[in-house]
Amino acid sequence: MSRGRSAGTDLALRNVTKRYGAVSALTDVSLAVEAGELLTILGPSGSGKTTLLKVVAGFELPEAGIVMLGGSDVTERPPAARNIGMVFQNYALFPHMTVRENVAFPLEMRRVPRRLIEEKVARALALVELTGYEARLPTQLSGGQQQRVALARAIVFDPILLLLDEPFGALDRKLREQMQLEVRRLQRQLGLTTLFITHDQEEALVLSDRIAVMSHGRIEQIGAPDEIYERPANGFVADFVGESNVIAGRAAARKDGLVEIELEDGARICVAGDRIPDAGAEVRVLVRPERLELASDGAAINRVAGTVVETVYLGTSYKYRLRVPGGREWLVRRPVRAGEAPLAPGDSVAVGFAPGDAHLIAG
Amino acid sequence: MRRRRISAGRIALDLFVGLVFFFLVLPLLIVFPISFSSAPYLQFPPPGFSWQWYERYFGDPVWIDATILSLEVAAATTVLSLAVGVPLAFALTRVRFPGREAIEKLSATPIIVPTIIYSIAVYGLFAKLRLIGEWYGIAIAHTLHALPFVVIVVTAGLRRFDINQELAACGLGASRLQAVRRVTLPQIKPSLVTAAFLAFITSFDELVIAMFLAGSNMTLPKKMFDNIRMEIDPTIAAISALQIVFVSVLLVLAGRFGEDQRGIANAR
Repeated sequence: MSRGRSAGTDLALRNVTKRYGAVSALTDVSLAVEAGELLTILGPSGSGKTTLLKVVAGFELPEAGIVMLGGSDVTERPPAARNIGMVFQNYALFPHMTVRENVAFPLEMRRVPRRLIEEKVARALALVELTGYEARLPTQLSGGQQQRVALARAIVFDPILLLLDEPFGALDRKLREQMQLEVRRLQRQLGLTTLFITHDQEEALVLSDRIAVMSHGRIEQIGAPDEIYERPANGFVADFVGESNVIAGRAAARKDGLVEIELEDGARICVAGDRIPDAGAEVRVLVRPERLELASDGAAINRVAGTVVETVYLGTSYKYRLRVPGGREWLVRRPVRAGEAPLAPGDSVAVGFAPGDAHLIAG
Repeated sequence: MRRRRISAGRIALDLFVGLVFFFLVLPLLIVFPISFSSAPYLQFPPPGFSWQWYERYFGDPVWIDATILSLEVAAATTVLSLAVGVPLAFALTRVRFPGREAIEKLSATPIIVPTIIYSIAVYGLFAKLRLIGEWYGIAIAHTLHALPFVVIVVTAGLRRFDINQELAACGLGASRLQAVRRVTLPQIKPSLVTAAFLAFITSFDELVIAMFLAGSNMTLPKKMFDNIRMEIDPTIAAISALQIVFVSVLLVLAGRFGEDQRGIANAR
């Protein structure tokens, strides 16, 4: 089933624009998915990710731009002629066909010889560990099993691209995590070039080689998961991916490779930055809740006094909502440790962060 | 106290259901015995048993010809109304075009317009086209008469159908036609079978249009009507009994073949 493809770009969008009446669903979107890569399109509903999927699959024709698949321009090709394996949100298994018939369907449509069909179906079902379920109807399967059938049906004909449209939404948490790992294993094992559509940032971080964050029909940032999380390109990405504390201020001075930033209330903080803004420029600083330290944790440079407003127990950690000077609220996340009493609402604490734990984001 | 009230309600419900059932079945309890009557006229209870009215029906070529004509017309009506109605239902549910609403409303007019008015209009037209007395003339008129049932039932089936199923089939390599044939039609089969059954019965049981268009030919309802007017003998009861059995068999078959594939509802 593995195609043993040489490295290269399997899917490329160039300056794709799609409008619905006056509403622009995709604006000048360009991206490339390399062979064997799993790229995630991450965005809230209405961000254009579903439109992007439809354009790639061939269900929608873009007004401008081209879609390249496996080296050829497929912009105007119908879905059936694109050789894309797709797993729909609700799986879209054919309820009147057995598991075997469902998986054989794309092969029959391609007029694959009957003997070869049997062989390929058996191999695909073995890959998703559903051997022995051939004669069942989809409704006689659990949600996870249905998902595996959908996956087998999408890969059985060796597609150029695997398209996953929010495939884990209907599963409970435990099963979802299990299926995510399974999809990841299969994808790596078979070297499947995959475009994965989701609104779930956690899922995106777990599964992806790279993530493209979308909002309002535009791609805000493309990068590896850690890059997206640690060094978001703008406020939207910082806010959408993970929890964040964003502090607004004005660049004041540079010293020792650090940028000194003056906050609205006159306090000053130090942040490490590879891009050094001009003095006086408005900047925003991102600090993730788990990077904030409580004063007892050690020497923190950028120290602020705060009051606990709310304590939330999360099992592996405590999440505190703190009120800090300037009327702002910060989120702090601390691991649960034996013998360490959690802070209670009303407690006064000092919080701070090392300059390297903060990230400057563009104004 | 509470338990008592529930059981009282239960008894009332059972009684009501029993009454309705009795009311529906009562005609059968009269018709079937009379069809085996030994008396030469309609009399209840019948004085004795005989097969003579069944023998008369099967022995009389006029009755048999009328039956065959009705079956032919009903079969043609079923095929024609599905051939026109199913594509129309697809267009009404899938395609946006100016006047779609109007066409959807218009497709129900054969139900709204009194049959007698429709019959006179069709008679006027068919007289000019020299279609009076032709079996296919009746079939064409019946097709229009049955079309609303087909369109309403199939449209409802298509509206319930998940369009993503068809998109998935296309994405997996099927042409639109293949997707409709392999994925859509099998899933709306209950609607198609119901539509076919309704179209068949609409034609098979239809009297007024047939009276105008059949000319000297006799469809079964027309012959039955003539029989009642002219001679009133229990032959009519025998035919009714046969018709009831025939339609019941059709209903059972429709139920069997139109059975919802396990879980079409669940799969969504």
